[in-house]
Amino acid sequence: MPKTIAEINERIRNGSVVVVTAEEIADVINKVGIENAAKQVDVVTTGTFGPMCSSGAYLNVGHTKPKIKLGGGTVTLNGVSAYSGFAAVDVLMGANALSESDPRNKVFPGEFNYGGGHVIEDLVAGKDLVLKVRAYGTDCYPRKELETYINIRDINEAVLFNPRNAYQNYNCAVNLSDKIIYTYMGVLKPKLGNANYCSAGQLSPLLNDPYYKTIGIGTKIFLGGGVGRVIWHGTQHNPSAKRKYNGVPSVPAGTLAVMGDLKQMKPEWLMGTSMLGYGVTLSVGIGVPIPILDEEICRYTAIKDEDIWTQVVDYSNSYPNGKPGNIAEVNYAQLRSGKIKIHGKEIITGGLSSYSRAREIAGILKDWIKKGKFLLDKPVASLPGVDSDCKCKPLKERAVKE
Amino acid sequence: MVSKKIVLHFPSKLIDKPVISTLVKDFNLEFNIMKAFITPREEGLMVLEVIGDEKDFDKGIKYLNKAGIRIQPLSKDVKRNDTRCTNCGVCVTICPTQALVYDRETHEVHFYDTKCIACELCIKACPVRAMTVDF
Repeated sequence: MPKTIAEINERIRNGSVVVVTAEEIADVINKVGIENAAKQVDVVTTGTFGPMCSSGAYLNVGHTKPKIKLGGGTVTLNGVSAYSGFAAVDVLMGANALSESDPRNKVFPGEFNYGGGHVIEDLVAGKDLVLKVRAYGTDCYPRKELETYINIRDINEAVLFNPRNAYQNYNCAVNLSDKIIYTYMGVLKPKLGNANYCSAGQLSPLLNDPYYKTIGIGTKIFLGGGVGRVIWHGTQHNPSAKRKYNGVPSVPAGTLAVMGDLKQMKPEWLMGTSMLGYGVTLSVGIGVPIPILDEEICRYTAIKDEDIWTQVVDYSNSYPNGKPGNIAEVNYAQLRSGKIKIHGKEIITGGLSSYSRAREIAGILKDWIKKGKFLLDKPVASLPGVDSDCKCKPLKERAVKE
Repeated sequence: MVSKKIVLHFPSKLIDKPVISTLVKDFNLEFNIMKAFITPREEGLMVLEVIGDEKDFDKGIKYLNKAGIRIQPLSKDVKRNDTRCTNCGVCVTICPTQALVYDRETHEVHFYDTKCIACELCIKACPVRAMTVDF
């Protein structure tokens, strides 16, 4: 008999719920078999922690006296440019935003020590931020300049809003050229000097629910140390990507758009991040509970690193030029062993996504559910699936007429 | 026999003195220069691995101190902020001496500061800037 989310919630409330992490479920299945595991286990918790560039936060800072309209003006937070195209006092800070005065890559490789991701971390940490505004002034919003400290405690809303997070699988990056390159996948040494990957693998949310059977719009999640929700499919969501026999994509595929109240979040789960020669970003911690409604869902959560494959891509040529073609296919057990072999050469591997943090998140979420602090929600709609029209397309450039 | 890594800070007046060759000749020590910034009329900095008998090593250090050189053991120079480190492991591919090692069992990154040669490659390669250098 399949279970329902209402039944699982009842067990969470009465303290009889059985929760294991995405690492632990494989052992449970080995011990009692898939049929019993699906009956006994109610929830499998997943986790991931890594740089997720398409992240940001919007704030409503409150009105001043006399009033000022930020919309159409220029706004900075701790010197970092924010987006002010929303009404009078709503401000959006993207993780990749930089200060106008940041040297960027003028001295290569640029260090990118402080940007939007760091502003979000400082805000969540409860530090005062300097808000500077220049506005043009109107009859109803006469003020033209503002310079003040703001603090997350005092402002009206502070919301984390990430258009694309928790990629279902990601490339393994290498460099085939003869010079060092600086990428969003880290520093890549020449001639296959290293191979960098970025996924929590067997702990990663969407790799444990490859066909989005349970994760959908409205799913309640661990987000940045607080509680958030999946609000839409993420940008570049590409469910029809190539999959293996087990249904797991072997290339970047699904993504999630997520949102949550920043006021409940913690700075250790939202860390400003600097990629040498590339830019700033935000490392985000996400944990998604998977309700074990039936055997099929249970089987998906048993996925191990050795059954998750990804493509080794050259970031010196194929990636920047958008050329198709992979160098090799490797699995996450190989990547996490510290070495892979390509073209007969042994290559040292490095992760960008923290497995130990992913494990910690899955553990925290498990604890929340066991203690009755976190109930599951049935999604209000599914994410676009394999049969949908949803595809990640390149930009078709068209010449602009004079 | 001991092999120790030390950081030498030369005051500008000593830049043109053959201090290291005295160290070799009079104290029977071997050395390996790992890093050196020495500019005439400015303060100099040198990272040395010094190999020799422990007694000779101690005498050599005394000589260097007397000559006016400030000495620090190297292992203190590159540090990791353990609350900031996320154990992602991207530094292990950058570290040339395997002072940063990924533990497959615990999924944590170990920092063996005795293996560190203070090349500083990890400082800026660390995405959350958990590695700091302090000369």
